[in-house]
Amino acid sequence: MNMPAAASLRIGLAAAAVLAAAVCAPAMHIERVVSPGGIEAWLVRAPSSPQISFEFAFRGGANQDPVDKAGVASMVAALLDEGAGDIDSRHFRERLEDKAIEISFRAGRDHLSGSLKTLRENSDEAFDLLRLSLTAPRFDLADVERIRSQMLSGLRRETTSPNDIASRRWWATAFAGHPYGRAVKGTLDTVAAITGDDLRTYARRVLARGALKVGVVGDIAPAELAAVLDRVFGSLPAAPALSDIAPTRPKGLGSRIVVDLDVPQAVVIVGGAGIARKDPDFMAAFIVNHILGGGSFSSRLYREVREERGLAYSVYSTLVPLDYASLFMSTTATRKEQAGQTLDVVEQQIKRLAQEGPTEDELGKAKSYLKGSYALRFDTSGNIASQLVAVQFEDLGIDYIARRNDLVDAVTLADVRRIAKRLLDGGLLVTVVGRPQGVEGKGG
Amino acid sequence: MAALLSGALIALTLLASVISGAAAEKAKVAHFALSNGLDVVVIPDRRAPIVTHMIWYKVGSADEPWGKSGIAHFLEHLMFKGTEKNPSGRFSKTLAAFGGVENAFTSNDYTGYYQRAAREHLEALMAFEADRMTGLVLTDSVVGPELNVVLEEQNTRVANNPAARLGEDVAAALFLNHTYGRPVIGWRHEIEKLNREDALDFYRRFYAPNNAIVVVAGDVTEEVVRDIAERTYGKIARRADLKPRQRPQEPEQRSVRQVTLSDPQVAQPSLQRSYLVPSYSTAKPGAAEAIEVLAHILGGGSNSRLYRTLVAETGIATNAGGWYQGTALDMTKLGIYATPRPGVTLAQLETQVDAVIAKLIADGITSQELERTKLRLIADAVYAQDNQSSMARWYGAALATGATVEEVSAWPDRIRSVTAPAVEAAARQWLDRRRSVTGYLTNDAVKREEKRS
Repeated sequence: MNMPAAASLRIGLAAAAVLAAAVCAPAMHIERVVSPGGIEAWLVRAPSSPQISFEFAFRGGANQDPVDKAGVASMVAALLDEGAGDIDSRHFRERLEDKAIEISFRAGRDHLSGSLKTLRENSDEAFDLLRLSLTAPRFDLADVERIRSQMLSGLRRETTSPNDIASRRWWATAFAGHPYGRAVKGTLDTVAAITGDDLRTYARRVLARGALKVGVVGDIAPAELAAVLDRVFGSLPAAPALSDIAPTRPKGLGSRIVVDLDVPQAVVIVGGAGIARKDPDFMAAFIVNHILGGGSFSSRLYREVREERGLAYSVYSTLVPLDYASLFMSTTATRKEQAGQTLDVVEQQIKRLAQEGPTEDELGKAKSYLKGSYALRFDTSGNIASQLVAVQFEDLGIDYIARRNDLVDAVTLADVRRIAKRLLDGGLLVTVVGRPQGVEGKGG
Repeated sequence: MAALLSGALIALTLLASVISGAAAEKAKVAHFALSNGLDVVVIPDRRAPIVTHMIWYKVGSADEPWGKSGIAHFLEHLMFKGTEKNPSGRFSKTLAAFGGVENAFTSNDYTGYYQRAAREHLEALMAFEADRMTGLVLTDSVVGPELNVVLEEQNTRVANNPAARLGEDVAAALFLNHTYGRPVIGWRHEIEKLNREDALDFYRRFYAPNNAIVVVAGDVTEEVVRDIAERTYGKIARRADLKPRQRPQEPEQRSVRQVTLSDPQVAQPSLQRSYLVPSYSTAKPGAAEAIEVLAHILGGGSNSRLYRTLVAETGIATNAGGWYQGTALDMTKLGIYATPRPGVTLAQLETQVDAVIAKLIADGITSQELERTKLRLIADAVYAQDNQSSMARWYGAALATGATVEEVSAWPDRIRSVTAPAVEAAARQWLDRRRSVTGYLTNDAVKREEKRS
């Protein structure tokens, strides 16, 4: 029920969200705090703030699910705040709400992430409950079954949701045989098969200090934070026991897959190989993507698909730099009668940008937008803390946020032209769900 | 992107419900009116050198002329098409050039536009926004494609989503007379016929300084905002012909209503129910606050009655909860929803939902529930201070539905003074099925199975 607030947003949400580049609130001072036990956190102090925000993540999300048990990481994430230590689920949930403490966990493809939000006056209880949830989760049978039934209910819903079908089919095709080919939330079959032992084993393997990054924003001194880090995370095992994941590239490029579903609007996903976060050309690729289909109302896809032709409400593209693969993806949806035309326009725009590259004017405007909007990403404590975690995982350095706009500036027209070709000329895998007219399946 | 319009409105209301007077006091929210009647609210937040600028027009889908449903939202889209002074998207282009972000939204009571940018651009934002209050220029060549964009939006939000279609029909059945029964995005057959003249008529009738609220949150002072507002919005003449917002009101409700949407696309059945209840704007003093607390005890999160009983204890449901859309100009909705476990029919689930409600009415609430809920709501108010956009939205939505800045700021105190008898009285008075519509989302295959079992 809790959707983003606006009743009728003009554009789709995801546009600029995926690249977790951090921001430059110029006055922001980041302190590196290392606990006596060796746990590191990055801290932005917020004197006089009534709340403390923790964001943290463990490397190894759904990619660590057992081969035939997709959904384990998601289920662990859903259960960590459902009872721990001597406190059963009901009393754990009550203790959280009685002090307005918010603890939540979520699984992504490469990370299991968590958040803590508490009023400063209740932080003692909050840190205790967080420690318990990470170090002594109960996974009681009744809670496992309750969460399982919720997950299955959501999965049943997804079986007829065109967006979910399109996305699942795209990932399953591009990464057949690789952990990325399995759905983060699992399937009806795999979630039904998950056992309590699967959950406990996963937690033991992944929830370890060596896989952890922490970002903190609040009115807390470094020495105090250091003690809290040991208290909350100190009894976790030192090293994770992660399965090796092979670096990979998307397969099936050049294929078009049509999945029949009787809905009025066809959902289209196109995607290909992207550029790694650590690649020296990543920023150039980020700018190319912004020009093609990034966040503002001025992208080529927005203009050509939406504004000029009225073919879609939402159309955007994004870079998806994962730990073991890199992607470029674009998504739109249009009434079935004009699906072929819409897909043609999207593919033509990608091809044209690959061949001709951006113009000088586009590059200048993109840089200007990306530099100016950077600070807006650091608008709440939670968002700042998330950025601190992302920069640590990407190993960009504690000064990255201060340097980032210079990196944008350093990109040249020659860079973006070269990278446009590299990024956009490698072939596309297309999945379309609905009854699209003028779209023929091929390959796959 | 899965947002139903109704779901989105609910979220906004929840958000609106969680900001504290303490927070507002701390932030020293200022407000003043220009001589042309424009209300201005300033919410200082000096942590970062950025601002959020919003304008809220006191017009929404419930104010649309008969047969023109969707025009408020369509006009919202068209407001980005340019003015005589700033043609062809110059506002958006200029904003993008300095790294600002923007969007807009429509509800049944208001239409809002906002930008976020570095603080030094505030004057430019206010000048552009003031310009498009009266300067909009529309040609058929931009209106035509945009109508198709809106139709695709309707496809995404509603036509492709059976739960959203059911939500529209539940609202239509709940409001027997009030225009809240129309979808904010409009009925598709009416959207298809909207045109340039409809949009301009609506624009000229409702877009005026004395029908709007400007909210600026961020690294600014009241003085600076006042100064810029005078130089920009202050130049626009007030409209003398604005009529009071009077919508047709609901008659006495007397029938238990049920609607069923059956579609092969439904893979997971569910039920939703809406009750007609007072809003913050229509309720007697303290009554909406009691409904707010009631809705949380009944359906807010995993400690709520519905979740604990139906999901955690009996397991008849995989999910269950409730909400209250308190921020509304007229009578509004309290909603509940539940998803059955496989093998449980919607009728069986509804019986259990009713049993939870009957028990709450018969036995009352516990002091622990009351205190936990009040603390939760008030604490959320403190958390909200951390997000200047949330603060701006909260004040904007409340003022656009008839509240004053003082009332908004005092909200936590009013929540604090809610008593158990008041919550119990609200439950008895408003959780009356004759004031409700229950919607079943199902498919025929499921129905046949249920009959066999």
